[in-house]
Amino acid sequence: MSTTDFGALVKDDRVHTALYKDGAIFDEEMERIFKNTWVWVGHESEVPSANTFKKSFVGNQPVIVTRDKAGVIRTLLNRCRHRAASVCEKKKGKQSVFVCPYHGWSYDIDGGLRKVPYADGYPEGLDREEFGLIRLRTETYQGMIFATFKQDIEPLVEFLGPARKWMDLFMKQGAGFGVKVLGEHRFRFPGNWKIQLENTTDAYHFPIVHKTFLDSLDAETENIFDVIGSGGWVEDLGHGHSVMVMIPDLIDLDDNLDAPIPDRFAELAEELREEGHDEAAVRRIVRAVGGTGFNLNLFPNVACSMAFFRVLRPVGVAETEIQHVAIGMGDAKETPSPAGNRARLRLHEHFQGPMGFGTPDDAEGWERVQRGARAGDDLWIMLNRGSAAPEGRPQPGHNAGDASSEVGMRAAYQQWKRMMTA
Amino acid sequence: MSTATLTRHAISLDDATRFIWAEADILDRLDYRAWLPLWTKDGRYTIPIEHDAVDYDNQLNVAHDDEEMRQARVKRLLSGFSMSAAPPARTVRTISRFVVTAAADDLIELRSAMVLVEYKYERTRVLAGDVEFRLKRDEGVIKLDRKVVRLANCDDYLHGIGYLL
Ligand code: FES
Ligand SMILES: [Fe+2]
Repeated sequence: MSTTDFGALVKDDRVHTALYKDGAIFDEEMERIFKNTWVWVGHESEVPSANTFKKSFVGNQPVIVTRDKAGVIRTLLNRCRHRAASVCEKKKGKQSVFVCPYHGWSYDIDGGLRKVPYADGYPEGLDREEFGLIRLRTETYQGMIFATFKQDIEPLVEFLGPARKWMDLFMKQGAGFGVKVLGEHRFRFPGNWKIQLENTTDAYHFPIVHKTFLDSLDAETENIFDVIGSGGWVEDLGHGHSVMVMIPDLIDLDDNLDAPIPDRFAELAEELREEGHDEAAVRRIVRAVGGTGFNLNLFPNVACSMAFFRVLRPVGVAETEIQHVAIGMGDAKETPSPAGNRARLRLHEHFQGPMGFGTPDDAEGWERVQRGARAGDDLWIMLNRGSAAPEGRPQPGHNAGDASSEVGMRAAYQQWKRMMTA
Repeated sequence: MSTATLTRHAISLDDATRFIWAEADILDRLDYRAWLPLWTKDGRYTIPIEHDAVDYDNQLNVAHDDEEMRQARVKRLLSGFSMSAAPPARTVRTISRFVVTAAADDLIELRSAMVLVEYKYERTRVLAGDVEFRLKRDEGVIKLDRKVVRLANCDDYLHGIGYLL
């Protein structure tokens, strides 16, 4: 089989192991996928006001996401137009100009070239219009910022399609105050990016890999996380996106607001009352604190997962960086509930991050996949689970399966195939 | 003279270093059940993400454990069901370069350096960090009241860590 016949490497129910370990395939993915689609680069709350920025990546290319004086959000390649030095090495911050430290070219926050030292050294003059930082096309939906190298791509909202409904539902965990980034865990694992992409809609592994997390919960919460056979489902949303509903009761956080406050949140509810929230707001915040009952996977690099954003960055064919972005309630100016956000931070620390009760076990599983994939030359990754009819309520006409099915992974790999063979 | 009283209650640097080395030994031997009673009731075990973090309650951390979370963590690591901790990485750590930053009756605070080497699956990794300790004498016994592990690379990407720092 020729390694460039990408179509032959993805079948309906399986994909070839070469997709995890062939460096040439990885290089093609960076070109054909990550340079040809909408890629998540940040959340609006990370560039909260004029002249703020954060560093990010599109595929493996470093970018800066900025908000200019007029409030326009941009994505700029983090590379000086003179001789390519990076112009920003701070993770995030506030400044109106980036000065290249090598020869002093300076750029406005919108990427325009501002000044060139000793400019008369260019006898014909230097066209400043021509040498601004390269701008990617940038659009947002529900506060999530996406960028693309492909200037003539379909609008972001079209690319998201039916996934938008789930993004709208996901943001209800702001309890009406908006959603704001509170911090992020970053870690790497020695494995291919698609191994983590698969994981977001993989409920099959949950009770096995996360047994010690489940054991650390009270009985009430443990039941909630019994995600297989609880009426959930996985649904193909088109364009490689998919949703896995784990806890159907938590799809719409505006529902069931009259339900009694669970015991484990009694103390938080008390704190919220002390913060001055009325009973309706207390209920709303309590219900929002644990996040939503589903994972939404947006091809190729971001997921809205229960109570956080899960972002992947391909580093090499067998090296991937993951960010688990903790989100809470609020916007640039306001933090409506310090107690609510503290509760969210502690919940995040409980599962996520390099020492969470869940993440290291996931990372170990993913590393094991990469290590095991070395064995055998012509073996396939099986994605054939889920012939059973979904128990839940997927959109009529959408391809769906029960909560433990591998529908989401099949959806992602079909998009991979479309993009790699286009 | 009052210094006599002070001496009787104070925790000396020598007491403190013996305690800290004993804790390091417990952690490298994965004797986590012996680690739990080293703590005061209100003790907090914190591994921040931002290098200059101080307001741990209102920031995201790698870990920010009260007593309940420490117990849950130990239970998890010893359960045998955590893929990342069974089998565990082998660790060897040294803690040194102690500087006393505060001392009072029954209390001492120290700053120190830690270098930890981890080995698992044909791979050796090094973690380095500053560790702040607050030790308290609790009914005559020295206990850990605060431990803040500030990794040198805390704000960079880390790896799954299946043991205690
Ligand atoms: S490389 Fe940036 S000014 Fe020369
Ligand atoms: Fe998982």
